[in-house]
Amino acid sequence: MLSRVASSLYWMSRYIERAENVARLLDVNLQLLLDFRSLDDEKLRAHWMPIVQTTGDQESFVQQHQRATAAAVADFMVFRQENPNSIVSSICQARENARMVRDQITIEMWEELNRLYLFMLSPQARQRWQDSPTDFFNEIKAGSLQLVGLSYATHIHNEGWWFSEAGRFIERADKTSRILDLRYHTLPARGLPKVVNQTDALEWSAVLRSCSGWDAFKSSYGAEVHPRHVAEFLLLNEDFPRSIRFCVERLNDALRKISGVSDRRFSNDAEKLCGRLAAELQFATVEEVFNAGLHDYIDQIQLKLNQIGNELFKVYIFHAFDPGGAEHFVQQEEQQQQA
Amino acid sequence: MTAVAKTEPTGLNLDGAANNGFFDEMFGRDGSAAGHYRKLRDTFSQISSDDFKTKRNSVDLAFLRQGVTFNVYGDSRGTERVFPFDLVPRIIPAKEWELIERGLVQRITALNLFLHDIYHEQRILKDGVVPAHYVLSGKHFRREFVNFAVPKDIYIHICGTDLIRDDQGNYLVLEDNGRCPSGVSYVLENRRAMKRTFRNMFEQVGVRPVEHYPQELLKSLQHIAPAGVAEPTIALLTPGAHNSAYFEHTYLARQMGIEIVEGRDLFVREEHVFMRTTKGLKPVHVIYRRIDDDYLDPTVFRRDSMLGVPGLIQAYRAGNVSLANSIGTGIADDKVMYYFVPRMIGYYLDQKPILPNVPTYLASEEADLKYILANLDRLVVKAANESGGYGMLMGPKATKEEIAEFRKRIIAEPRNYIAQPMISLSTHPTYVDGGFEGRHVDLRPFILCGEKTVIVPGGLTRVALRKGSLVVNSSQGGGSKDTWVLYGDE
Repeated sequence: MLSRVASSLYWMSRYIERAENVARLLDVNLQLLLDFRSLDDEKLRAHWMPIVQTTGDQESFVQQHQRATAAAVADFMVFRQENPNSIVSSICQARENARMVRDQITIEMWEELNRLYLFMLSPQARQRWQDSPTDFFNEIKAGSLQLVGLSYATHIHNEGWWFSEAGRFIERADKTSRILDLRYHTLPARGLPKVVNQTDALEWSAVLRSCSGWDAFKSSYGAEVHPRHVAEFLLLNEDFPRSIRFCVERLNDALRKISGVSDRRFSNDAEKLCGRLAAELQFATVEEVFNAGLHDYIDQIQLKLNQIGNELFKVYIFHAFDPGGAEHFVQQEEQQQQA
Repeated sequence: MTAVAKTEPTGLNLDGAANNGFFDEMFGRDGSAAGHYRKLRDTFSQISSDDFKTKRNSVDLAFLRQGVTFNVYGDSRGTERVFPFDLVPRIIPAKEWELIERGLVQRITALNLFLHDIYHEQRILKDGVVPAHYVLSGKHFRREFVNFAVPKDIYIHICGTDLIRDDQGNYLVLEDNGRCPSGVSYVLENRRAMKRTFRNMFEQVGVRPVEHYPQELLKSLQHIAPAGVAEPTIALLTPGAHNSAYFEHTYLARQMGIEIVEGRDLFVREEHVFMRTTKGLKPVHVIYRRIDDDYLDPTVFRRDSMLGVPGLIQAYRAGNVSLANSIGTGIADDKVMYYFVPRMIGYYLDQKPILPNVPTYLASEEADLKYILANLDRLVVKAANESGGYGMLMGPKATKEEIAEFRKRIIAEPRNYIAQPMISLSTHPTYVDGGFEGRHVDLRPFILCGEKTVIVPGGLTRVALRKGSLVVNSSQGGGSKDTWVLYGDE
């Protein structure tokens, strides 16, 4: 398979997953606000800034907005094209990548992604958003999940498909880790929190709901929400499809499928690092995690995920892309006469 | 309003497009529908206008959903547009198509012989049939490739020839596109849309299929595989996702089951071309390139090309990779060469042209130049090496300033201009604003040269949607129609 094609399939899924996770995060947090009485600027800031941080764009947000109101955050993270991680940007990027490999994906996938793209750029999107943010976010989530399903059920499970799986799970692991990290400022730097009040409990359940994990969590731990259990569930659960362990194991599978090397050995650094991280999550306990500090632990995971992604590109897509002269490149592409 | 006579058909009525003063594809001068359109007329009369509206919307929506679009340049957002599609098909009876087909085969045969000749013995130049200086001064004449043998002696493998009809209904050749003709994906997509929309009509009317184009194209590409390569790897080389025809590139690659590559995906080592894959380098034997000559190889042509592949030309010269179309075909697209095609047909084939040219004046011939300058307000002036409706003056519709500007340009660079009388193109009933009116159309059939010369029946009918406009290019308000070539004459 062409390296460029592998790269596009990887990024296509990754951006779709990103759009979905931003939708999840915003939806739950907007709903959560309804449970609180009026918040002053300072409190709003404390609520929303960690959410802006999950997409890593704190600086550009602060530059553009004085107050972290729900409307400002949502606009920045949903419709702002200049924000490279906004939902609209992610969907545009996913589609652009799909367009570059139009011949490699199924017509069903292409049409659904194109539909989602046309919807995001249409006035109806804003209208839907104004009428009901939850309906709007559901539409984004449904679009993404539809694509996951179509990819699974219509796309041949060949090498390219595994690249797209790798992209999806590396992104999902990263986003789950960021969602779990949302409330770290309410936790002690090391060790378990002593008291958990009702506000905390509400916020931690919002974290779970961001990951569609509320029902699964309840059946394992009961209705009482303690950060220790939430962390254990989202970090270490073997079977929950959005837990970090689950995602890393799927990523590991994908890497093995791509290379054909068994999981008892490794043939490149991506496999080595991913195998290690999977083993680490398999044999960790939540007590150890809190002793090390949840925030620091999550930081380490994100770092490792980045390294795996980089190594994956080094091995399979080494020639990558010319970072400079992109504009010039576009110009020449356009100049080719197609009489 | 309700007092419509009971015998009147309640459905669509195409007759409103009759008698518009031009040669119409469907209606005679007396306003009666030609025999080969009668079944269409009858079927349309059974369709209510609401139903038609629904059909139109669903086709438009399907094109948008499928991303059957072309890219519009100079517009950072919403850069993709659906190529407007008109649901009234253009119909060509068997006997007309037979003439077109023979004419096109004759023409492409002559053009390929001409290209071979000017890149080898140059007999036609030595015999003075085509003045040598016109060829040698051609912007797209590649002197570096003189005496280079292209595989199977085929230069133009894929040609898109634009045909128009004059006020008597004669088919004339307007131009040959022997570099990277585009539009065939719309031929295929339009047909698919029509089949979905008017399922029953096809059998009744008896329409010849077009769906085999990708297989035929693949065969012509396989035909030129380097010697000794039994199972060639074929790739379509695209400039990339920002090119106007990118949709077509991915479409054709997918239909043929070949790789679509960009320049950066290819790599040349020891005069062999490889693709960069996740499993390492894989050899490539035939490249269907949709990139201009100038950009193919930065070590030979434009140094600043980021789309090409360094070393590609060397591999081509060594015979390790074949290109379609061959390098140097651009000279045949030169509008000055167009003038000489009828002479080429006489010279190489000893035949009369079956499809005549539009009368043409060469600005670099003294007598012609005089005539052109004296009649700028009545002529169409074209730059010799532009396409897509660019670099053109439509005398009768131009302002004084535009005419003055072209006068200057022509005098400064006569070799670069030709002029033709304004041909009114035929009209065709087309849906506009709730009714049917005549709009001007042309026809671009696609000709494939491999072991045999194959022309998929029909081609792209482009229609100028603006009233009175003669410009059918997608970049300038054009749309398209499905083209039906019939098994019979009615």
